[in-house]
Amino acid sequence: MGDTSKTSRRAFLKGSAALAAGSVAGAASAQEPDPLITELQDWASYTGAGVDETPYGMPISFESHVVRRNVEWLTASPISSINFTPIHALDGTITPQGCAFERHHSGAIELRKEDYRLMINGLVDRPLVFTYEDIERFPRENHVYFCECAANTGMEWAGSQLNGVQFTHGMIHNMEYTGVPLRTLLKEAGADTSPDKWVYVEGADASSNGRSIPMEKALDDVLVAFKANGEALRMEHGYPVRLVVPGWEGNMWVKWLRRIEVTDMAVESREETSKYTDVYEDGTARKWTWVMDAKSVITSPSPQMPIKHGPGPLVISGLAWSGHGQITRVDVSKDGGITWETARLGKQGDTKALTRFYLDTQWDGKPMLLQARAMDETGYVQPTKDQLREARGENAVYHNNCIQTWYVSAEGIAENVEVS
Amino acid sequence: MSKSLNQIYLPAFGGIALTAAIAVTVANRDFARSEIDTLESRVEQVTAHEAAAREAAQLATARATELEAQVAEVQAAAAERAAMPSNLTAPAPQLDSVYGIGRVALPEEIAAWDVDVLPDGRGLPEGKGDVWTGEEVFVDRCASCHGDFAEGVDNWPVLAGGFDTLADEDPVKTVGSYWPHLSTAWDYISRSMPFGEAGTLTADETYAIVAYILYSNDLVDDDFELNHENFADFNMYNMEGFVIDDRPDLEYAKWRVEPCMQNCKESVDVTMRSVFLVETPPEGGSNSVMNQATVDGLPSFTSKGADFVPVAAPQPEKEANAAAEPEASGATDANTDLAAAGKKVFKKCAACHQVGDGAKNKTGPVLNGIMGRQFGSVEGFKYSKVFQAAAEEGRIWDEAEMAAFLAKPKAHMKGTKMSFSGLKKESDQAAIIAYLESFDR
Repeated sequence: MGDTSKTSRRAFLKGSAALAAGSVAGAASAQEPDPLITELQDWASYTGAGVDETPYGMPISFESHVVRRNVEWLTASPISSINFTPIHALDGTITPQGCAFERHHSGAIELRKEDYRLMINGLVDRPLVFTYEDIERFPRENHVYFCECAANTGMEWAGSQLNGVQFTHGMIHNMEYTGVPLRTLLKEAGADTSPDKWVYVEGADASSNGRSIPMEKALDDVLVAFKANGEALRMEHGYPVRLVVPGWEGNMWVKWLRRIEVTDMAVESREETSKYTDVYEDGTARKWTWVMDAKSVITSPSPQMPIKHGPGPLVISGLAWSGHGQITRVDVSKDGGITWETARLGKQGDTKALTRFYLDTQWDGKPMLLQARAMDETGYVQPTKDQLREARGENAVYHNNCIQTWYVSAEGIAENVEVS
Repeated sequence: MSKSLNQIYLPAFGGIALTAAIAVTVANRDFARSEIDTLESRVEQVTAHEAAAREAAQLATARATELEAQVAEVQAAAAERAAMPSNLTAPAPQLDSVYGIGRVALPEEIAAWDVDVLPDGRGLPEGKGDVWTGEEVFVDRCASCHGDFAEGVDNWPVLAGGFDTLADEDPVKTVGSYWPHLSTAWDYISRSMPFGEAGTLTADETYAIVAYILYSNDLVDDDFELNHENFADFNMYNMEGFVIDDRPDLEYAKWRVEPCMQNCKESVDVTMRSVFLVETPPEGGSNSVMNQATVDGLPSFTSKGADFVPVAAPQPEKEANAAAEPEASGATDANTDLAAAGKKVFKKCAACHQVGDGAKNKTGPVLNGIMGRQFGSVEGFKYSKVFQAAAEEGRIWDEAEMAAFLAKPKAHMKGTKMSFSGLKKESDQAAIIAYLESFDR
C-alpha cells in the first residue's frame, strides 16, 4: 500500500515536472510565496462543522449568488409570475431542485400528502379516486427530462433584450423524475383510449391551469411523477404530485395534479387559447404548438460569466436540448456564424433531456461573437433569429428557439447582441 | 546343524525335527506366496488407483473445461449487457387486468371537481346574468385589477378592445379580440377568478360578469342576458383565427438539412445590443437598467475573426453601476442615501403604487405625502373595510405604523386588498419610509 502510493507520488512528481518543462508558454511564475500556502490557515487548524449542524444542507454561503432570479416588470405580480434558473453558474445537466425555475399562475401552494387526492373521470369505465399512497403502489419508472417554459427566450423576439443567459434562457430545468406512466392510471380506470380522445389535466391550485393532451401522447411517455432528483418534489414544482410531459411545453406539466378527465374534444382552456398560442405576422395564431424544438445556448462565457483569465486556454460550455428526442451534435461559432466547429458532448444525451457540450479552445484575446447551434436526431438544425422571424414574425411570444449571440469584448465581457 | 547329529538325534528327535523343518519350509513357501499375493494385490491396487486417478483427472479436466465455458458464457453475457446497457431495464409492467388500486369516485365528488366547460357549452350549470348585474359585480370583484371598463390596470390583463390589432407590432389580445371560445372565459372566471378568491363566484355572477365583458367589448347591447341556453349560440370574433400547429410542414422540412460549417457568411456585424443591462443583487431578484451603449465602435467579423480590437472597449457593467447608483458620487447626507436606496426598493411597489409628480391612483392609492397622514384618506381611492375603519379611528401613518405594515401587510391590516407579502429587511422598510418622506403632498 505504502509502496504504491510512493510510486504513484514519484510518478506524479516526475510527470508534473515534465509537464512544467514542456509548457513554456504555460503557468506564470510567482514573485512572492503565496501566504495561503506558506501560512497556517484557520481551516487547517481549527475544527469545522459537526455532522449534527445541518440536517439538510444548503449550498455554502460563497455560492449564495447562484439563485433563481425574477424580473419584476415582466409580470403584474410575483404571485402569477416566473423566475429563472441560474444556468450560467451550473454545469453538467441535472438542475438542483432548489434553483430550478418556477412558474406559477396563482402562487405555489402547500398541499400535504395526506390531503392529496387524484381523480380520473370522464370517458372511463370506473371513475376512480387515488390517495398519494395509492400512486406509489403502481409500477414506476425513472427518466431524466427537460422542462422548458414555452416563453423561454420569448422577450428576445423583437431584439436582444436582457443581458444574461439566466434571463434569456433560464426558464428551463432538467431533473430525474420518478413516476407512474399515465397510461397505467388510464388503464386502471378503463379509459376510452381511442386516438380521437383527449386527456384533460388540471391542478389543485386556484389557477387550476387545465390543459388538454391528445391521447397518443398520454399513452406514450407522460408520467405522473412524485419524486425529482431522488427526493420529493419541491412545493414550487407541484408537491406532492405533478405531471411530466416529456419534450412538450412546461405549461402542460400540471403541478399539484388533482384531476385527469378523458374527453372527446380539447377543453380549449385559457392556457391553450388566450395564452401559449403563437400569433403570426398576419394576425392568425398557431395553437397546439406543444413540442419544444431543438435549441442550444452557450452558458459560459456569457454576460454573467465574463472571461477573467485573459488569453489562453478557454472552456466554452453550454446546453442543448430537443423535444423531438436526442441531441446528436452541437456546433459552436466564434465569429458570428461564418465558421463553425463541432463541440464535444459531455455524454450522449438522454432523449428529451439537457445535453452538456464543451468546446475546449484557445482564446487569442480578440473580440468574439459566440453562437451555438444544435442538431437533434431528426436532423433538425436550430434556426437563426432571422429564419424564425421570416417564418413567424416578431409577435409569437412563445417557442423562440433561435441561435443566441454573445459579443465578447477584448476584456472578456460578454453581452447579448444581435448580428447581421 | 551336521548330518551326523541328524543321524544321532534323528531317532529321538527325527519326527519332531522333520516336522519342524517341513513346517519351516512350508512356512517359508507360504510367506513368499503371501508376499507375492500382497504385491500382486498392491499392483492391482496401484493400477486401480492409477485408473481412478486418471479418471478423476479426466473428470476434473472436463469440469474445468465446463467451468471455463461457464465463465466465458457469463463474461460474454456481461459484455453484452455492458454493450447494451438497457437490456436489464424495462418499462413499468402493464397488466392486462387492473391492479385494483384506488376507489370508485362518488357522483358528489365528480360534481364538485368536474366543472370544466367545453367549447360547445357542455359542462355549464343552469343560470343567467345580464350586463347591468355584471357591471356591478365586475366593479366590485374585478375592477381593482382589470379596470372599471375591463381596460386593465397597470400590468394586469386588458379584457376589452384590441380589435384589428392582431397583425400590428404590439397585438392587444383581449377576450374580445383574441379568445376563440366564450366557454374559455366562463370556465376560467368561474374557477380561477377573482385572483386570490378563486371559486367564490356563483354561476349567476359568472354569467353576469361574462355578459359585462362582452358588453365592454361592444359585442352585445346593454340589455343582453347570458344564460346556459343561449351560451352555445354565441360566436366569438376571433373563432376562425387559429390554425393547428403547422411547423412540421412549414419549418421542419426546410430546417432538417446539413448545416454550413465554413465561409457561411462574408462578414458579420453587431446590429443590436442588449436593451437592458441586468444587475443581480445579492439579496435576489434583479434590477434592469437601460443600456446606453451603441453598436458604434464594435468590430466587424470575417472568417479571420474581429477586424480590429476596440481601443476603448465598452464596459457595460460599469456603465450600469454608474447609472443605477447616482448616490455613489460622494453624497454624504445619510437620509439622501437612504431615500436613494428606497427608490430601488420601491420597484417592488411600483406595479400598484405611483409617487411623485403626476402620480395617480392605480391598483393602490397614490403615495405623495403619505407619511404623517391619516389612514385611508387619499381622495378617489376605494379602500378596503379595514382601512375605512382605521380612517374612522384617526390612525396616522407614522414610521412605526408604516414599518409594521410594510413588514407584513396582511397581518398588520387584516383584510387589506394589498397583495404584497411584505419587506422582511428592516433596512428596506426604513429605506421606503425615507423615500416616501421625500414626497410632499
